[in-house]
Amino acid sequence: MFLSTIASLHIGERGIISEECLDRIPLKLLEMGCLPGTEVELLQIAPLKDPMYICVNGSHLAIRKETACQILITKI
Amino acid sequence: MSNRIKVALIGNPNTGKTSLFNQLTGLNQKVGNYPGVTVDKKQGTCKLSKNKTATITDLPGTYSINPTSLDESIVLKALMTAHRDEKPDVIVVVADIENLKRNLLLFSQIQDLEIPTVLALNMADQLQRKGISIDIPALEKELDTKVVLMSARNNEGIDDLKKIIADYESLKVHSNFNELAQKIDADYFNELSSISKEFTAYEQWMMLTKKHNSLLSAEEKEAIEPFENEIAKQKKYQHKETIYRYQKINTVLKKTYYVDASKATDLRSKLDRVFTHKIFGYVIFFGLLLLIFQSIFDWASTPMDFIDGLFADIAEFTKAQLPAGMFTDLLTDGVIPGVGGVVIFIPQIAILFLFISILEETGYMSRVVFLMDKIMRRFGMSGKSVIPLISGTACAIPAIMATRTISSWKERLITILVTPFTTCSARLPVYAILIALIIPDTKLFGFFSLQGFTLLVLYALGFAAAIIAAYVLHKTLKIKNTSFFVVEMPNYKLPSAKNVLFDVIEKTKAFVFGAGKIILAISIVLWFLASHGPSSFENAEKSVVKNVANQELPKAELSKKVASAKLENSYIGIAGKTIEPLVKPLGYDWKIGIGLISSFAAREVFIGTLATIYSVEDDGEDITTIKQKMASEINPSTSEKRFNFATGVSLLLFYAFAMQCMATLAIVKRETKSWKWPVVQLVSMGVLAYLCAFAAYQILS
Repeated sequence: MFLSTIASLHIGERGIISEECLDRIPLKLLEMGCLPGTEVELLQIAPLKDPMYICVNGSHLAIRKETACQILITKI
Repeated sequence: MSNRIKVALIGNPNTGKTSLFNQLTGLNQKVGNYPGVTVDKKQGTCKLSKNKTATITDLPGTYSINPTSLDESIVLKALMTAHRDEKPDVIVVVADIENLKRNLLLFSQIQDLEIPTVLALNMADQLQRKGISIDIPALEKELDTKVVLMSARNNEGIDDLKKIIADYESLKVHSNFNELAQKIDADYFNELSSISKEFTAYEQWMMLTKKHNSLLSAEEKEAIEPFENEIAKQKKYQHKETIYRYQKINTVLKKTYYVDASKATDLRSKLDRVFTHKIFGYVIFFGLLLLIFQSIFDWASTPMDFIDGLFADIAEFTKAQLPAGMFTDLLTDGVIPGVGGVVIFIPQIAILFLFISILEETGYMSRVVFLMDKIMRRFGMSGKSVIPLISGTACAIPAIMATRTISSWKERLITILVTPFTTCSARLPVYAILIALIIPDTKLFGFFSLQGFTLLVLYALGFAAAIIAAYVLHKTLKIKNTSFFVVEMPNYKLPSAKNVLFDVIEKTKAFVFGAGKIILAISIVLWFLASHGPSSFENAEKSVVKNVANQELPKAELSKKVASAKLENSYIGIAGKTIEPLVKPLGYDWKIGIGLISSFAAREVFIGTLATIYSVEDDGEDITTIKQKMASEINPSTSEKRFNFATGVSLLLFYAFAMQCMATLAIVKRETKSWKWPVVQLVSMGVLAYLCAFAAYQILS
């Protein structure tokens, strides 16, 4: 299946975090619920295209684009 | 008090942990320091039953036991201490019912430390509204500990929690770590745990990943070294550990936690659409800022006038009651004005922190961080730097302490270094009098006060200087950015009056005791320097009396002249004369030089000092007399007014840029753990102030 990253989502789109990028997800993000196999939704992008506001596993988080680029997903 | 039960409160941010702490301890709180680190330790006492009392420590909010910021590192330090008597007897993990999964991760990490741990599920009053149901007995069985449903705001379930704390010895201690370790890499963890007999496998794993091996013996340190070198492996296993923990949590929650999705309300996303909108978001934010500043000016002036008058009265009263002498002088001219100089800022600071605290409590501040992050990053700061920069308009001290939540050291350091450029409350009295002297009281376009506009320009100048300095630091500081940025966007909620009140009290105390001590100490030193001097000082009075012997002066006039002559010949007067050649190109004379020196206590001392020099009655109240004296002061070399436009602008710029606050320097030293940064600040801000003041004076005169 075609892999993309959280950074390529449009507002309102969702994806499933890929198992392949486990090592690239910062530990803290993992601990906050950003786990492989879970669904992530892009809720909002800040005016200058960065940071990105996501909802994953019930956590509402803002992360920078550089981090969002690291997290591989399959779009749904 | 060793028979007191030691309780530690731990939990994710925004779970209502602080509400619970306030509910348990009420006003029996105090803020101390952790030995060796700078983060404040919030402790309080709570009466559990007739004969049992608990000491409760509120640890900073954290998502995990693995720290990424200074605040969070305290949690681990508090739990893994060498001194058994500092270790908590029981830990209360506060969780919010909505994000239970993520909260349970922290719980599972804490539980593995093998300290009795209770789970307190907060915000139980919202279970129904959010369509959540939790099977508490089943959850207790799965987690092998006590679980309390409670609502800290409504004071529900607190008594149940107190009972469990009182009876903590019956709680089971339970670690799942060995099971986890076998799943990750059995050989690795068996070998690691064999290093020390004294610590559990999990404790050793913690010491390894946190590079915290000071508790180990020399032999053990040697044995752990090969493990320490395998950083990639550590990281990989930490990731695996987290995944396995979540797997376990998922199976637990499947049996105990049910959500009826149809009941979920969508208030958050509706409000977010407005507050993070690309236009309205900024309009609302800057609108709020204007409103806040307007209110500070409106509300603070009355209490400030009152405090000003009160301290003048106290000084006068003391002077009248005590016999004249050195001790009375110390009290009335050193200590009382010194304390007054601290207390006068409390209204402004408390009002600003009232607003900031409300905005943080409602969850709005996280949206500001989100909106501002990209802009601030261009200047080497973070979205989280906005809060310190706003706080800096009250006082740089609590502002610099507010940078602790910034996890990137470079972003935090830049924020600390530029915060003193923002226009703090101590600059205001200086600005006010200088503006009144050099800017005509006319209206722009018929309604806009020119003087008010100048003040606004000075505020803007402060922010601009902060931003530009940040940009320069961003380009020159070679510090690698290793940490990453994540902010939780919590649910919007109504602020709790109790939490806001306690927060304002805490921040104001930080100013009073942080800055207060230093301002007071310097005031006393300055008083000494101004009231003592070499032999010429002793003769000052006589020579004044001799000089004016034939002019029939009223007694009050004479004593003012004597005070003025004494100041001129005191140590501080001599210091002012010594630096005169240095400040002359800026358009100042030795009198202003004294003012500049004394400003190191706090900037507003400048006015009081000038008042004494120009021998006007310094009752603080009567600004017009100081103003008139300053306005009529003549520069002997040009026979023009001393405070002409050029000198005034030069002084305004000097006060806008110079680092004239010892208390702030001390805090910067404490927060950066070295003298390097405060010295850099003092020198570079001083040079900038000097050059700008020099250029302004030379061009304008």
